[in-house]
Amino acid sequence: MSEEIILDVKDLRTSFFVDDFEVKAVDGVSFKLPKGKTIGIVGESGSGKSITALSILRLLEKPGKIVGGEINFKGNDLTKASEQEIRSIRGNEISMIFQEPMTSLNPVYTVGQQIRETLKVHQGLGKEQGMEKGVELLKLVGIPSPQERIKQYPHELSGGMRQRVMIAMALACNPELLIADEPTTALDVTIQAQILELINELQEELGMSVIMITHDMGVVAETCDYVAVMYGGKVVEYADVKTIFKDPKHPYTVGLLNSIPRHDIDVDELEPIRGSVPSPKNMPNGCRFAPRCPFATDLCMEELPDLGDVSDENLVRCWIYSERWDGDPEVKEHGPKRTT
Amino acid sequence: MFQFIVRRLFQLIPVLLGVTILVFSLMHLSPGNPAHIIAGESAPESTVQQIEERLGLNDPIPVQYANFLKDVVTLDFGNSWRTSLPVSTELWPKFWVTFELAIYSTIFSIFLGLIAGIISAVRQYSVADVSIMLVALFGLSMPNFWLGLMLMQWFSINLGWLPPTGWGTPEQIIMPVFTLGTMGAAVIARMTRSSMLDVITQDYIRTARAKGLKEKVVIYRHALKNALIPVVTVVGLQFGGLLAGAVLTESVFAINGMGKLVVDRILARDFPVVQAAVLVMAVVFVFVNLIVDVSYKFLNKRIDLD
Amino acid sequence: MAQKELLKVNNLKQYFPIKGGFLGRTVNHVKAVDDVTFNIYEGETVSVVGESGCGKSTTGRAILRLDDPTDGTIEFNGEDLLSLNKKEMRKRRKDIQVIFQDPYASLNPRQTVFQILAEAMEIQDVVPKDKRRERAIELLETVGLNAEQVDRFPHEFSGGQRQRIGIARALAVEPKLIICDEAVSALDVSVQAQVLNLLKKLQREFNLTFLFIAHDLGVVRHISDRVIVMYLGKVVEIADKKSLFDNPQHPYTKALLSAIPTPDPEAKKERIVLQGDVPSPINPPTGCRFHTRCPFATEMCKTDTPELRNLDNMAEGHQASCHHIEKIFSGDLVSKY
Repeated sequence: MSEEIILDVKDLRTSFFVDDFEVKAVDGVSFKLPKGKTIGIVGESGSGKSITALSILRLLEKPGKIVGGEINFKGNDLTKASEQEIRSIRGNEISMIFQEPMTSLNPVYTVGQQIRETLKVHQGLGKEQGMEKGVELLKLVGIPSPQERIKQYPHELSGGMRQRVMIAMALACNPELLIADEPTTALDVTIQAQILELINELQEELGMSVIMITHDMGVVAETCDYVAVMYGGKVVEYADVKTIFKDPKHPYTVGLLNSIPRHDIDVDELEPIRGSVPSPKNMPNGCRFAPRCPFATDLCMEELPDLGDVSDENLVRCWIYSERWDGDPEVKEHGPKRTT
Repeated sequence: MFQFIVRRLFQLIPVLLGVTILVFSLMHLSPGNPAHIIAGESAPESTVQQIEERLGLNDPIPVQYANFLKDVVTLDFGNSWRTSLPVSTELWPKFWVTFELAIYSTIFSIFLGLIAGIISAVRQYSVADVSIMLVALFGLSMPNFWLGLMLMQWFSINLGWLPPTGWGTPEQIIMPVFTLGTMGAAVIARMTRSSMLDVITQDYIRTARAKGLKEKVVIYRHALKNALIPVVTVVGLQFGGLLAGAVLTESVFAINGMGKLVVDRILARDFPVVQAAVLVMAVVFVFVNLIVDVSYKFLNKRIDLD
Repeated sequence: MAQKELLKVNNLKQYFPIKGGFLGRTVNHVKAVDDVTFNIYEGETVSVVGESGCGKSTTGRAILRLDDPTDGTIEFNGEDLLSLNKKEMRKRRKDIQVIFQDPYASLNPRQTVFQILAEAMEIQDVVPKDKRRERAIELLETVGLNAEQVDRFPHEFSGGQRQRIGIARALAVEPKLIICDEAVSALDVSVQAQVLNLLKKLQREFNLTFLFIAHDLGVVRHISDRVIVMYLGKVVEIADKKSLFDNPQHPYTKALLSAIPTPDPEAKKERIVLQGDVPSPINPPTGCRFHTRCPFATEMCKTDTPELRNLDNMAEGHQASCHHIEKIFSGDLVSKY
C-alpha cells in the first residue's frame, strides 16, 4: 500500500487488574488505518472492541491499563506520550463520539458552553468567537435553528439531536481521526440513517479518517472501507469490506454473518453459532473461538494460531489455513460455508 | 421559577398552621397551671383567679387558640407572663445569637465537608481518603455536647488559648461553631464523596476527558456541579438538626441564645415566649428548605420547574 | 382464511395524563396508543414494529392489563379482557404470558431455576406439587438447557441462557399467547439467532401464538407471519410479511425499511432519509401524524386523518393508512426531497 497511514496499532494489549487478577480485555490487536478511510472494528460483547477504542485515546477507567504494544499516530507512539501531549491530541487531532448520546453530554451546562469549552482549550477562542463557531458547527451537523439550540440544555434535545451535538463537538477542531464507538446503537433506525449519512458526508467533506466501532454488520457494510473482526480480545480476521462479506475465511466471521436475520431477503433457518460469548475472565487457552467452532480440532483447543495471510485480501487467525491443519480437508479447500 | 416559588410559599400555609396547632396543644397539655407558677407558691386563690382571668386562661380552648392565631397573624405575641416584657424584646436578641451560631456552623460544615469529600473521592482508597472517612465517622458518632466539653478541656483549661464560655468575640465563636458544625461536616463529607464517586463514572465525564480537558477542570467544572445536587438536599436537612443541636451547644458554652431561653421558659410555663420561639424556628426551618429546593432546581436543569 | 381468531384488539386507546399547573391538575395527555385495531389468529406470529414512542410496548402492556386502557376492547378467545376484574384476569394470565427484553431483571436472583419455574406452576396450579420437579426439568430440556442446571441461580447463566429460562417460565403454564417484548434485543447476534430458532421450534411444537414487539426489522422478517407498523400511536400499515417487506406502501414503512443498513456492501439501494425527529406524542400532529416528516405530504394530510384501508392490487389483508398511496404509485405525486 502506498497510501499514507495515519494510525498504526501494533500488538496493543490492555488489561484490567481486579484483585491481583489480570483480565486481558485487548490481547494483541494490530491494524493500520490509511488516511481518509474508515475502518470498522466489529465484534460482540466482550470482544474488546470498545476497550481498543478507549485505549487509543488513553481514556481507560481505573483498573484498566495499557500493558503493551504501540499506537502510532502520525509517527508518534501515543502509549508513550506524556499526559500533556495526549491532552493536546484529544478533542483536537483525534476526537471521539460515544454510544449513549443521552448521557454523554453534561446535564448542567448548555450545548453552547460545552462546545465552546473544546474551542477554548485547543484554539483559545473567546466567548463570542466560540459562540459564532458553535452555531456554525451546529449548522454543519444539520441542527435546525442553531442560534436557539446552542442556548439549550441537553435534556431539551432528542437522542438524535444530542448525537449531532456530540458530533459537532467532536468536529470542533477539525480532527484528522474520528473514533465513533457504537454511535447509532441507541438510536432509532430512521435517526441512525441520518447520523450515518452525516458521518459519511462529513468524512468526505473534511477528509477525516474514521474508526467505526460496532456490532452491526449492516453499519459496517454501509460505512467502512476495511474491517477488523474481533473475538475474545483478538483480531480474528482483517480484510477490505467487500472481501469480508463476499469471501470471509474465519469460521467466526462466517458464523456471525450466518446468524444475522436479514430484512432484505428471506432466510428459512438461521444458522447460529453454538454456545455463548466467552467471558474475558475465562478465556480458552487455544484459539479463543475453538469451543464454539464447528471445525475445531485438538490443535485449535491447545494452541493459539497467528494472524496470517490467507489470500491477498484476508488476514486470518485460524489453523484451517496453516500447514499444520489436521481436520477436515474439505473445509480447507472451500472455507466455511455462507448460508445467507 | 417564579411560579414555582409562589406555589411553594402557598404550600407553606398548611405547614405553618400545623405547627401552631402543635405548639399550642403541647403547651396546654403539659401539666401545671401557669397562673399558679406566675403567682408564686403561696399566693391566695383569688390572685390566681385574677391572673387566669387576665391571661384568658378561663376561655374555652378553641377561643384561646383563635386568640393565639390572631397574635401570630398580627405578629404581636403579647408580653411574657414571667417578665411582663414584650415577647419580641425578649426573643430577638437571643434569636440572633442562635441564628449566628447556626449560620456559622453551617458555613463551617459545608466548607470542611466539601473539601474533605472531594479529596476523598478523587483519591479513592488512598491514605487521605481512609483517614478522612475515619475522622468523618468519628465526627458523626460523637455527641456534640461531649465534643464541646473535650474542646473546652483542651483549649481553655489545658492550653488556655480560647475562652471557655460566652458569645460575641471571634475567640468565643470558634469552639461552639466547631462543636455544632462537626456532625454536619461529617455528613456532608460522606455525601459529597459518594456523590462524586457516582458522578465520576458517568458518560459525560468521559466526554469531558475526551475533549482534552485537564483533570482539574474535569473534576471541578464537570463533576462537582453535578455531585452537589444531592449534597444541597442534605445541607437543608442538616440546618434543622443544627437548630435543635444549638440548645445543647448553648448550654455547654453558656451562650445566652434561644435554646437556653426556650428551655428556661418551658419550665416556667411562659406560653407566649415558648410559642413564639418555636414558631420562629419552624418558619426559619421551612424557609431554609425552600431556599434549598430553589437552589436544587437551579442546579438540576433536568427537572421541570412547573 | 378459516383460522380461529385468538386475539382481537378494537379501537384501543391509551392516554397517560400529564400533571402540572398550579394545583397539579391534569393538563394534557400523552396519547401513547390512539385508536389501534388488529387481530391475531391462532398459531401465527404477528409483529408490531416502530420506533421509540410509537406505542408498540404500550399496546403489549394493555393486552396484559399492566396498564388500564382508556378506551377500546381486547377480546381474547371471544372474551373482553377489559371487562374482567382482577381475580378473573389473574386466571386469564395463564393463557397470556410475556417475555421481556432483560430476563435478568425479571428473574428473582435469590430463587433457583426450579423455584422460579415451580412458582409459575403454583400460581396457576397447572401441575400437582409432586410432579413439578419433573416438569421443570422437562421444560429446561425443551428450551435447550440441561437437567443438572435446575438448581442453579440466574447469575450462573449467560444472557442467552437467562432468556431461555424466561421462555421456560412462560411455557410452564402452557399458555396460548406469548407476548415477546423486545425479547431478543439485548442478545449478541450469534446468540440471538439461537433464541429465534428456539422460538420458532416451540411454536411448531406447542401451537403457540406470538405477539412480537421489536424494533429490529431483520428479526421481524425472520420470525413473523404478519407485521403491524406503528407510528406515534397509530397503525400505519398491516400486511403479510412478504407483502410488507417486498411491497411496502405507506411512505413511513418505505422510509423505515430503506433506513436499515444492509449487511451487504454491494447491495444497491435507494435510501429515503427522513428529515427531523419523531414529534412528541403529547400534542401529535393533526391529520396524518406522519405529515410533518412525509416527503409526499399535501395540504389534505394536515387536516384529514387517514383511515386504515384495504389496498387494491395488493395481497389480501394488506392495509395502510395513507390518502395518497395510489397517487404515489402512479407517480402523480413525487417526493419533496
